[in-house]
Parts: sequence; C-alpha cells; structure tokens
Amino acid sequence: MLERAHIMVCGGTGCTSGNSRKVLEEFERKLTEHGVRDEVKLIMTGCFGLCARGPIVAVYPDGAFYQHVKVEDVEEIVSEHIVKGRQVTRLLGSERTESGEVMPINQTPFYRSQKRIVLRNCGRINPENIDEYIAFDGYKAYEKCVKEMTPESVIQLVTDSGLRGRGGAGFPTGKKWLSSYNAKDDQKYIVCNADEGDPGAFMDRSVLEGDPHSVIEAMMIAGYAVGATQGYVYVRAEYPIAVQRLQIAIDQARAYGILGKNAMGLGHAFDMEIRLGAGAFVCGEATALIHSIEGHRGEPTQKPPHLAEHGLWGKPTVLNNVETYANIPQIILNGPEWFKSMGTEKSAGTKVFALGGKIMNTGLVEIPMGTTLRTIIEEIGGGIPNGKKFKAAQTGGPSGGCIPASLIDTPIDYDNLIAIGAMMGSGGLIVMDEDNCMVDIAKFFLEFTVDESCGKCTPCRIGNKRLYEMLDKITQGKGTMEDLDKMEELCKYIKANSLCGLGQTAPNPVLSTLKYFRDEYIAHVRDKKCPAGVCKALLNYVIDKEKCIGCGMCARQCPASAISKTDYVAPGHKLPSMQIDPEKCVKCGACMSTCKFGAISKK
Amino acid sequence: MKSTAELQAIRDKLEVEKGYSCAVGENDTKIAVCFDDDGVAAAREVVRTFMNEIEKRRLVNVKVLQSGSKAKVDDEPIVEVTVPGKKTVRHTKVDPDKASQIIANIK
Repeated sequence: MLERAHIMVCGGTGCTSGNSRKVLEEFERKLTEHGVRDEVKLIMTGCFGLCARGPIVAVYPDGAFYQHVKVEDVEEIVSEHIVKGRQVTRLLGSERTESGEVMPINQTPFYRSQKRIVLRNCGRINPENIDEYIAFDGYKAYEKCVKEMTPESVIQLVTDSGLRGRGGAGFPTGKKWLSSYNAKDDQKYIVCNADEGDPGAFMDRSVLEGDPHSVIEAMMIAGYAVGATQGYVYVRAEYPIAVQRLQIAIDQARAYGILGKNAMGLGHAFDMEIRLGAGAFVCGEATALIHSIEGHRGEPTQKPPHLAEHGLWGKPTVLNNVETYANIPQIILNGPEWFKSMGTEKSAGTKVFALGGKIMNTGLVEIPMGTTLRTIIEEIGGGIPNGKKFKAAQTGGPSGGCIPASLIDTPIDYDNLIAIGAMMGSGGLIVMDEDNCMVDIAKFFLEFTVDESCGKCTPCRIGNKRLYEMLDKITQGKGTMEDLDKMEELCKYIKANSLCGLGQTAPNPVLSTLKYFRDEYIAHVRDKKCPAGVCKALLNYVIDKEKCIGCGMCARQCPASAISKTDYVAPGHKLPSMQIDPEKCVKCGACMSTCKFGAISKK
Repeated sequence: MKSTAELQAIRDKLEVEKGYSCAVGENDTKIAVCFDDDGVAAAREVVRTFMNEIEKRRLVNVKVLQSGSKAKVDDEPIVEVTVPGKKTVRHTKVDPDKASQIIANIK
C-alpha cells in the first residue's frame, strides 16, 4: 500500500552525534506498537542544514519539522501526529506567522532566503537507496549527455553556465574540462576532491552523506565529456558516514549497470573507486592529492605541468571539488541560462556555506552568490547569541581572511571576497563576536597551518613557524611595534615564495586581521592589553571590594587558592571583601562565573 | 540495466510515492480526514481506502492529510477536499465506500 506519511530522520553527522539513530530505532518500535508501521515510510536522510536544532525529524506531506527530537519524544509524535493527525506543537520550533500559527518551514528566516541546488536532495531522499535518487530525475542528465550531446557540446554547456570551482579558487570548470579534453592520451582520469580539511567546514561531507549519487553522476558526465573511463573520489577517513554511503552508492550503481562497461546500453564506460586519505590538510592541494592517490607521500609539486595534461599517473586528469560536481547534473538538465540567472555576473549559481562560531543557527546553508553577509548572519543565521555584537566573519578557513563588521553589506562572491582580502575557500564561515580577540584568531588559524605544513618548502615550513612565534609573543604582551611591520613583510614573502596553495594562503588570516584590526594588535603591543579579554597573559581578574559581600564562593571555586580575605568590610556588608593574588591566579575565570554579585571582572 | 527505459520505469513506479516525501504544494489537491480520539479506527479505514485508490489510479497530485476533530463528532470522519483554486467541499460520515466515490470524482 502507498504510505500516507513519510518520516525522515536526519542522518547527517551532526544529528547522528545527537543520537538520531536511536530516534530512528524508537520510531521503528513505536510505529509497530501502534500498528501503523505499514502506513508510514521511515527513512534516514542526509543533512537538513539546521544542525543547531538537531536531531531533526520531518514528517511529510504535512511538512511538520520537529526539532531537538529526543528518544522520549517519539511516543508522542507517533501517538498524536501519526495516529491522530495532531502535530506536536512544542517540538515545531518557535517561528510563528502573524496569525500565531506555526510557520511552514520553507518560510522561516533560516530557509526562505536559501536556494537549494547542491543540497536539493539532502533531507529529501534516502541516500542509501539509488531508486530514490533516480525518482528525483537521477541519472537523467547523464542520459541526456550521452544520447543527445557530443562531448564538445557538454563542455560548451558547462562553460556557458559560468560554473566556477567550488573548492575555493574559483577556476572556471568548463575551461578545466576543455584542457583535459584537448590533451590526447589513451587513458584519462576524473578525480573528485573530497578532502575537506578547513576547521569548521562540512559542506562536502554533507553532500556525500546526503546525496552521493549526484557526485557519481557528475563524474560520469565529466568522463563522457573529456573521454575518461576511470574515476577516483579522494575522501578523508575521518568522514566514516560519508565514505560508507558513497561506497553503498557506488555498489548500487554498479549493480544496476549504471557504472561499468556499456552503461544502460548507451555505449559509454565509466567506473570509479574511493581512495581514503589520512587527513593531512595539504592533501586537499591538487598535486599533493594526486601523489597521495598514487600511493606516494602527500606532498605538492610545482605547477605547471597542470593536471589537465599531466595528472594522475602522468595522464590527463580532471580534478573538481564535491560541490562543483553536485551542480553539474542540474546544469545539464536545466541549461546554462537557468544557472546564470542565479548569482552575480562573474559568479553564477549558489554556494554552500557551513555556518559556525558565534551564531544562533549553526548549520549548512546554500545561498545564491551575491547574497550579503548581513543576510547570512542576521536573517539566515538568526544573529549572534546573548545579544553580543558582530565583530567579524572568517571565510575560507585558515587560507582565507576576515570580513570586519564595517563590510557586512558586501555581496558574497569570488571577486568581492578577494578584493577585501578574504577568499571564498571551500565555504566555511566562522562568525566572531566582541568576545573574540582577532590576534588570537589569527594565531589559531596559523597554528593550524603550521601543524599541517608538509615541510617541503622553506618559506612555508620555517616562515610560518616564525610568523607564529611573533604572534605568540604579541599575545604574551612581549611584542614590539617593529614586530608588526616585520610580520607584514614576512607574510608577503611567504605568499610569494611558497610552493603550493597551503603556504601561499597561510598568512592570509594574519594579513587581513592586521589590515582591519590593527588597533587590536597595537593594544596588545603598546598598552599590553587584550581588548576582548582573551589573551590570558594580558588579563587580570579583579574583585570590586565595594560590590563583594564576602561570601567566599569564589575562593572555594579557585583551583589555585589565589583568593583570600581582606580586612576591608564594605559599607552595608557584614563580611570582609575578598581579593585575588595575581601571582597565584591562573586566569581560568572560575571565580567570575561563580560570583552572583558581579563583583569580579576582567581587566 | 540494459537500457535507459529501465531508469524511466523506476521513475514512473515511484512517481506517486515521491510526492509524499515533500510538503503539500500549491498545486496539490488536499484531502483532509478529520476525526476525534474515538474515531481513530473508523478514520483509519477511510485513510487506507484513499491511499489504495490513489495508488491504483496513480493520482500524482493528491495528498491525504489527517487532521484533528472539527467539533462535530456525530458527523465524523469528516473529509474535506480542496482542489487548487476551488472551494473546499466537505463530506460527512465518510466510510470506505464513500471514500472510493470521493476519489473517483477527483480529476
């Protein structure tokens, strides 16, 4: 019998860690208990995007969007909603329409400004069932290419669409394909870069977890266009769910005869395999990735020769990112004009961002290029928690730069971001509020690249290390004004002389914070103060002796026994005030969070 | 798979089902089945009939929804049919036979 309701439980990594698998099992049990199991379809989908409110459970066709669902809530959803047709309002989120009703999910601020193309199937289909992908026009684009188009016209179509690489640099995809097409060889390869390594970025992971077949189909199309018969997906082993679902998808496609020789009788052959990476950040760089697939140490080499002519095992290779591929089938089906109708003149289409940091709606969002940062943060992201002020956003992770609050109305596309000293990167967007110290942020990202530098070239290996030491000196309050100039000079040197993208972009966080938040650096150097109160060496916790009632709560919390009584009793109080010995204080902040009278502050 | 016709066959087979994995749209005909706590069993038979008929007739844009009581318990199960652009039609005391007729009248 046709099922009257579909219950979709989010199986993305975020919701899975929130116990969504247990929720799914509980649904199975409760539906059976209530005797309605055969009337309801229960599936685990990919990421819905609103990770901050996970685990998410959606019930269709009603369109109920349950949030923060716990195992204990399942009984109520089944007995009230599924059996009696009454939605469980308390789990539906807080957005209301003007008339006071629960707002349909596609009209909420989080979803209404989004345009989901890459993520179209995430949260809609069961990624472990190829039939569902096929039902939503899956493998239709491939069929169209092979049946109706020549390889040249496929490449022309991709070129016309204006699609640019979503991995960060924004190289035109059509141009990349054309160079591989023009390279004459008996064997060519299609490679997918799923080595997503930026801290806080999880776009590619979510696509592979939620819609793996879209990547497979796109790689088949690329194979047809450039004349390649073999593909590899390079994905890091730290993404176990993504790897598992992709493997299931490949196996199913092979079993259906979609992958393999003479696929679906169309006369084209393509097959693919997964290659697991060990999680080195540098392996996201094209040449290092290729070496890693070949079984060598993941180190970059000089370009040219470009991969299009001399790639995997010396053969012409197309290397694109997961998100770039996921766009391809839709572009083929809907045409280049459709794709160009979204976004800006030089950056067509949409971009997926992983929103993180000091933001209400942590999660995955897909927006048309050209959307302003303000829309992303204030509307989609729901603003900054605890009424704090927006200070800056970091795009592009450790390779990118920060966008200060003064540029919040910048439309986000490739060229605008480069112009203001940041970059698109793969799409991590980390939001910072007034409690973040920009020197500390720059230090955090640089520490990451110093750790991840492969060590092959000197500017990156030693230059970044020295740069890090200078930053560390500044956060310790030992920096000089001369250091700031030296840092800038060193940054430029590293950028100009490093071998690969990792080194060339590593100083970006330092440069952009120096550009927009120089006053904070100066405060650290000249005044020996950290304005945001983050750098511990520059902090002192002090007790206001007039406000302190002498309860002693802080002294009991102090792990360093640094708090003691004074002789002073403030007017109106009965007990003597407390004081902190700065010599003993470890600056953990435990006293401040304990004090109920607001008598302790950071200075 | 030997031909792309097999792909299309899968799409055709799942066409009705996939409509139930999305929220009701503007172009969908809505069939709301309204009932009180005491009417669960009777309403269930009606809903099951609807689902069987939809599957049999392959009605892609018809969505069945369950809803709470309309405070007219004696008339329940009440079925409200809303065809896009038309006024909602209410049917009272619906049973499986009546449900089949209602479906037959939806184009």
